[in-house]
Amino acid sequence: MENLIAGAEMLARWDVIIALLVGSIGGVIIGAIPGVGPAVAIAILLPATFSLDPIVGLTVLLGIYGSSMYGGAIPAVLINTPGTAVNALTSYDGYPMTQRGEAHRAVSLAYSASFWGGIFGIGCLIALSPVLAMIAPMFGSREIFLAALLGIVLVILAHRGQIFAAGALAMFGIFLQTVGLDAVTYTQRYTFGYSFLSSGINLIVVVLGLFALSQAFFLLTAPDSSPDAKPVTGKMTAGIRELLRHKRVATVAAGFGVILGMIPGTGEFTAQFMSYTYAQKTSKTPELFGKGSPEGLIASEAANNAVPAAAMIPLLALGIPGEALTAMMLSVFYVHNVIPGPQLFQNNIDLVYGLYFALIALNVIVMVFLLFSTNLLTRIIRVPTRFLGVMILILSFVGVYSLRNSLTDCMIAAGFGVLGLVLKRLNLPIVPIILGMVLGGIMEVKLRSALPRLKTPFDMIDRPIAFVLFALILLVLALHIRTLVKELRAHRLDEDHDIHDTQTR
Amino acid sequence: MSRVKTLQVLFKRYRRPGDIVFAWTMLIISLFLLWQLTEQTAWKPRAKLFAQPRFWPGVSLAFMVVFAAFHLIGSMLSERIEGRWREVGLWASSLEYAGWFIGYAAVVPIVGYLPSTMIFAVALALRAGYRSRVALGSAVVGAVVIVLLFKTFLQVKLPSGRIYEALPDGLRQIMLTYF
Repeated sequence: MENLIAGAEMLARWDVIIALLVGSIGGVIIGAIPGVGPAVAIAILLPATFSLDPIVGLTVLLGIYGSSMYGGAIPAVLINTPGTAVNALTSYDGYPMTQRGEAHRAVSLAYSASFWGGIFGIGCLIALSPVLAMIAPMFGSREIFLAALLGIVLVILAHRGQIFAAGALAMFGIFLQTVGLDAVTYTQRYTFGYSFLSSGINLIVVVLGLFALSQAFFLLTAPDSSPDAKPVTGKMTAGIRELLRHKRVATVAAGFGVILGMIPGTGEFTAQFMSYTYAQKTSKTPELFGKGSPEGLIASEAANNAVPAAAMIPLLALGIPGEALTAMMLSVFYVHNVIPGPQLFQNNIDLVYGLYFALIALNVIVMVFLLFSTNLLTRIIRVPTRFLGVMILILSFVGVYSLRNSLTDCMIAAGFGVLGLVLKRLNLPIVPIILGMVLGGIMEVKLRSALPRLKTPFDMIDRPIAFVLFALILLVLALHIRTLVKELRAHRLDEDHDIHDTQTR
Repeated sequence: MSRVKTLQVLFKRYRRPGDIVFAWTMLIISLFLLWQLTEQTAWKPRAKLFAQPRFWPGVSLAFMVVFAAFHLIGSMLSERIEGRWREVGLWASSLEYAGWFIGYAAVVPIVGYLPSTMIFAVALALRAGYRSRVALGSAVVGAVVIVLLFKTFLQVKLPSGRIYEALPDGLRQIMLTYF
């Protein structure tokens, strides 16, 4: 109870309140503009938050993460272009509703479903906290190593149809984090005699290059366009009542979001697809899906908004990020010497509760903001894409250069920017590189610290949790091979899809 | 024959023009890096295998080569898509913007954050094809807002311009601290 109060107190500071407002409203706007997503914004703001208090910095970033999907629904519904790629399925049913002249119904349904999903996700996070606090200390070096390995396996397998590319990129990420002076043996690794490589390749520089600069290059090299959304008229609260008629779909979808959000490497996309399929299968009017079904819209939005809170679970409890945005947030923790993981629940539980409250508050702020300002946002999203590219390029400079005022960093970031552009053009995933870097670092450190206790390789899995994790890795691999064989027998191939775009924005 | 056919189906996948160029590049780079393994990493005589500084680079690069090779096979077995070199040309054209970015970063410590950001925003907007007063004006406003937000309010660590030194006393201090 005291911890709860301490957590609430953390929010009752003017700087945290400003951070909440800036993060949540800024997140909605960023989400609503097609061509710039939360990853770009978080990457740019990351170094700026290092000088702030952990709770302030994390609140801004969480705000952007949690609210961008609300905003992303607006262009998805109004102009059939998802604002953030995780709103892709929202456009399936949202846009047909707009064409029928029901834009306000679609938009307000999307907001209400998002709110439902968001709050459900936080509810689960809070309910799970005592369990996490109990289980987390059972995770020693071996368990964390295995959990990170599971994360790598999952992030590769989650990119169906592009597994080899995702695998190669994840391995590239693991390799990247080994470059530089090895902290334990003091030997150089892949520095090629260059002193600037001795300190290693900075994660933030890579993140800024791959997410922000690449997006600027992407927009600047493509033809200019300016999304044109018509203003919405009608009662914005209509969706709330309609949502209550579809409580089951919303709750199950949010449940999918929570479960898949917790599992590293899967996230919003899989959650959205699974809940959409579920909603269609159990609907009384499955033929309406894709033609303006409210249930489809609810399934998609409730699922993706439940993910941010759930994605915080492995991050806070084990220090293992499951996707790119939480991987970026991990660096904020490290900069402030707050190490997420089992100790966090023992030493900084007030911060954990503070973050929970911040998540709740941001959902409320965003909901209220959107009910009154949707039409304002439809004007903001008209920014021409190339102009947006110019601004992202200028903003990326702040991010890269403020780290350590190094021109070399800018060159490295520019190099990764070009790599990111190539990957985006080829529709190949960027996230495996980032997760490879973060999880690779965790695996190396944890395996080393586990070594003294290992006499035989089997000692690695002689504890219950370690064994379960190892079994899970085998199970995931086996299931994947089984699906491949099945598909091969049925001669059914994956169709053209833009799934991975999401994770690149 | 039918068996070969099924194997081809297994490796075929959805892709975009230029995929094979990327696949070759990735394979060549990963092979080069793996070839450099003994040269670029050390081996400690008495340490365990898993604690060797060479272990993780070795493992990651070995897997990278395998994955990159399979990716290439997949690309070779799939139908050729037209427009490969046009796509590669587009990738190359992004180098120009990478150059703009590095140029901007090189100029800031000399000219100062505010002036260089304004000049750069307008120049890049012109390069991107904008000619209207509204667009160029918005670029200037955008640049000023970014400087005010990050340098003036958030006090993000960015260098002051060398030309600020030439300014008169009072103004110099303000420019050095806030812009």
